[in-house]
Amino acid sequence: METISKINTSIKAFLLEIGELSSFAGRFFREVFKPPYEFKEFIRQCYNMGNRSLLLVTVTGFIIGLVFTLQSRPTLQEFGAVSWMPSMVSISIIREIGPIITALICAGRIGSGIGAELGSMRVTEQIDAMEVSGTNPFKYLVVTRILATTFMLPILVFFGDIIALYGSYLVENTKGNVSFLLYFNKVAEALEFGDLIPATIKSFFFGFAIGLVGCFKGFNCKKGTAGVGLAANSAVVFTSMLLFIIDFIAVFITNIFYDL
Amino acid sequence: METFSKNNKTIIEIKDLCKSYSDNHVLNGFNMRLVEGENLVIMGKSGSGKSVMIKCLIGLDEPDSGTIVVMGKDIRKLEREELDELRTEVGFLFQGSALYDSMTVRENLEFPLRRHTKKFGVLKDTTPLVMQALENVGLANTINLMPEELSGGMKRRIALARTLILQPKIILYDEPTTGLDPITAKEIILLMQSVQKKYNTSAIIITHDVDCARAISNRMILLVDGINYAEGTFNELNASKDPKIQAFFK
Repeated sequence: METISKINTSIKAFLLEIGELSSFAGRFFREVFKPPYEFKEFIRQCYNMGNRSLLLVTVTGFIIGLVFTLQSRPTLQEFGAVSWMPSMVSISIIREIGPIITALICAGRIGSGIGAELGSMRVTEQIDAMEVSGTNPFKYLVVTRILATTFMLPILVFFGDIIALYGSYLVENTKGNVSFLLYFNKVAEALEFGDLIPATIKSFFFGFAIGLVGCFKGFNCKKGTAGVGLAANSAVVFTSMLLFIIDFIAVFITNIFYDL
Repeated sequence: METFSKNNKTIIEIKDLCKSYSDNHVLNGFNMRLVEGENLVIMGKSGSGKSVMIKCLIGLDEPDSGTIVVMGKDIRKLEREELDELRTEVGFLFQGSALYDSMTVRENLEFPLRRHTKKFGVLKDTTPLVMQALENVGLANTINLMPEELSGGMKRRIALARTLILQPKIILYDEPTTGLDPITAKEIILLMQSVQKKYNTSAIIITHDVDCARAISNRMILLVDGINYAEGTFNELNASKDPKIQAFFK
């Protein structure tokens, strides 16, 4: 009985959180179009999120391209299909691996950062101070950050994809003596707009989810300094889960279009 | 200290304010009246509901019942924009100063100033106003420093400057001398007195500090278990034989 009651409480808490998150998202859409616009802060956030995640995305993208090619090569070699390597790698990376891996990295790097920053602002009453001075902290802190993650993530994904393909090319060049031009010609032949557009749209949603959850957890942080750590941690966990759900829905919708 | 008659214009009136958090009844029908130019000190033990009351007063917390009228406006009935406009007339000094730690002192002071275009217009150069506010608290040389480079007392002064820059008519002080050494605390009290004289502001001061209450109060309210236990001037309350009242002055 006790276990069932515990499960019930957890489910209730989870559903309550989903409701609060939806209401938070609703407030974002109400505030985003209302002046005054915090353009300077938006640019500052774009710079912070984009520039500071660049190295991480570069290193991860490069290694993924490298490892993916190294792992797949022996299998393709068995079937005499090594020439398919650029097509296979590019489609996998552009459609799926690039967006989801970059988004997961950014959820860890950016989402937790937002959660911790806003959380510490909440517990040190800085958000309350903005509120009592008659300014709108939601607009200044939340709207700018969500917009920045929404716009920066597709750029980071695009950049990560290119680096991953370059990593893959290096393996092909070393092992199979494939030239740069030949490799990327094969990549261009394999890719269609139908591969790029869904991945780009999906990346906007990923970015939105990272900003939304990070801001939600930080802005509503409670329980003092311990709450700050909790906000950062739960921002990453919740966002990661949400990213896979969005990814599943995106793939499902994309497949419907492919079938048409 | 000057005493204020009931005929002075009332600028804040709280009636039957109640607030609970689950089973914890923090405020149980609190009443209060602040008149123009008055310094009202509210004293109470930790958990007696002082901070909750002040947060309800500024709209940071939603009371369960009761009315809060600030400068003739019932704050519970105001729209967000109207409340923000009213908030420019009511300054709030936080116990922990609450300076924005990613901004310099100048940016801290500019932040509210640039966003109240209705009251101040679109300001091209905020430097004169920022400098004036900093000079009022004696810290003009800190304009380009970050909050982390300031001492506790300096932070409290900058926070007061940030409050003053919006030219409020009422200032709410949440434990202004807590956590400061006696000398710095005295400096803050003197600063509060000079601000009151210069700008003719009214103030509600929440404090545990008897010296602060003695120096600054025109009237005091002792808050016990979420209601007004006693009310009067510092001398009246200090002379009381009631052990509960005396406990505050020991």
